[in-house]
Amino acid sequence: MPVKKSIVGLGHRTVNTVWRLGFAARFFALTLMYSGTSFRRFGLTIREMFFSGVLSLIIIVVAGMFVGMVLGFQGYETLKRYGSESALGSLVALSLVRELGPVLAALLFASRAGSAMTAEIGLMKATEQIDAMELMAVNPIARVIAPRFWSGVISMPLLSCIFSFMGVFGGYVVGVVAIGVDEGSFWSQMQSAVDFQHDIMNGLIKSFVFGVAVTVISLFEGFDAPPTAEGVSGATTRTVVESSLAILMLDFILTAFMFRGD
Amino acid sequence: MERTTLDLWVGIFVVAGIAALGFLAFKVGNLGTYNVSQTYEVQAYFANIGGLKQEASVKSAGVLVGRVKSISLDTQRYEAKVTMSIDKRYEFDRDTYAKILTSGLLGEQYIGLDPGGGSEMLKNGETIKNTQSAVVLEDLIGKVINMLAEGSSKPKAANGKASGE
Repeated sequence: MPVKKSIVGLGHRTVNTVWRLGFAARFFALTLMYSGTSFRRFGLTIREMFFSGVLSLIIIVVAGMFVGMVLGFQGYETLKRYGSESALGSLVALSLVRELGPVLAALLFASRAGSAMTAEIGLMKATEQIDAMELMAVNPIARVIAPRFWSGVISMPLLSCIFSFMGVFGGYVVGVVAIGVDEGSFWSQMQSAVDFQHDIMNGLIKSFVFGVAVTVISLFEGFDAPPTAEGVSGATTRTVVESSLAILMLDFILTAFMFRGD
Repeated sequence: MERTTLDLWVGIFVVAGIAALGFLAFKVGNLGTYNVSQTYEVQAYFANIGGLKQEASVKSAGVLVGRVKSISLDTQRYEAKVTMSIDKRYEFDRDTYAKILTSGLLGEQYIGLDPGGGSEMLKNGETIKNTQSAVVLEDLIGKVINMLAEGSSKPKAANGKASGE
């Protein structure tokens, strides 16, 4: 009976999804539980911060600069119609600090560092390094997973700040240096529009949440990948897709709570 | 890679991140200009506040002296009650005139304080009595239309001539 077969298939898929979600939640809880090592031996976390944070620096700096420059051009084009070119500074700064900084930095981080984490851990599993650790009574979650998790959580807000900084600089280069918006009003309008708590802190909270989401997804996908070449490549793809979607959805939820429009 | 070079790079990364945050806080944000000095609160009633919002600036002679703390509707007078917190360093007398002004043609609205000549100073919790409401564009247009309607007989001929050409 084809009807029964399709219903069985649907049920199978639903059960599998719920199982995977459960595994991911348990994995997250275990990571937090065994986090002690990554702070006691902080060298482990610093090593991972080099790979996830420092090596992402170049793409973040270049991307932030270009996003800011584009914002400068586009913002000027639109603001010119209303004769308020001097508001360019606040437009560039607010859009970067509130949205583009955290979101784009997290998307870049997911594709630059998240996919590398998944591939690394998937390959560690495929070559049975993780099983070997367990045999040597080394907890792989404490030794391999938790330092990478904390490195991502620490790096993400820093990267987001650097992205916003470069974006503001790019907007300044295009707006003030190239187009010739008045420098004084560029900075003063920016300062009167951007509030430290409402805008900058909320942006930091966002990037922290994105950091947790991206690293958990990439580590879990790597840890859960089938130990084959195909499995690792599929897991890497899933990491990028899932973390990008998670970032955008979480961003919507956080924005709805932070900027309700009142 | 050698351990020290790795540590060095991570150190540079963290310093760059914190420096960027500092730049955002002090140069982009208002942490540098908005000092949390001591303030006192005064109220003012306006017939119409237009587009005034919370956290709008309160200025005197163009200098930022405080911010709008809260806005509510007083249901006994059916007027807007605006509470402002003003920097303790600046004192205003009781005859001070509070106006709702607009910066630029389409800019943000703020409260301008014009000091009167009184000798007694406003204290915490007191009310400014002299106020001037915001200029609402629709009211202004309505007035202009009324004026045109009153004097419509003369300009009509001129208009007809102009359109005939």
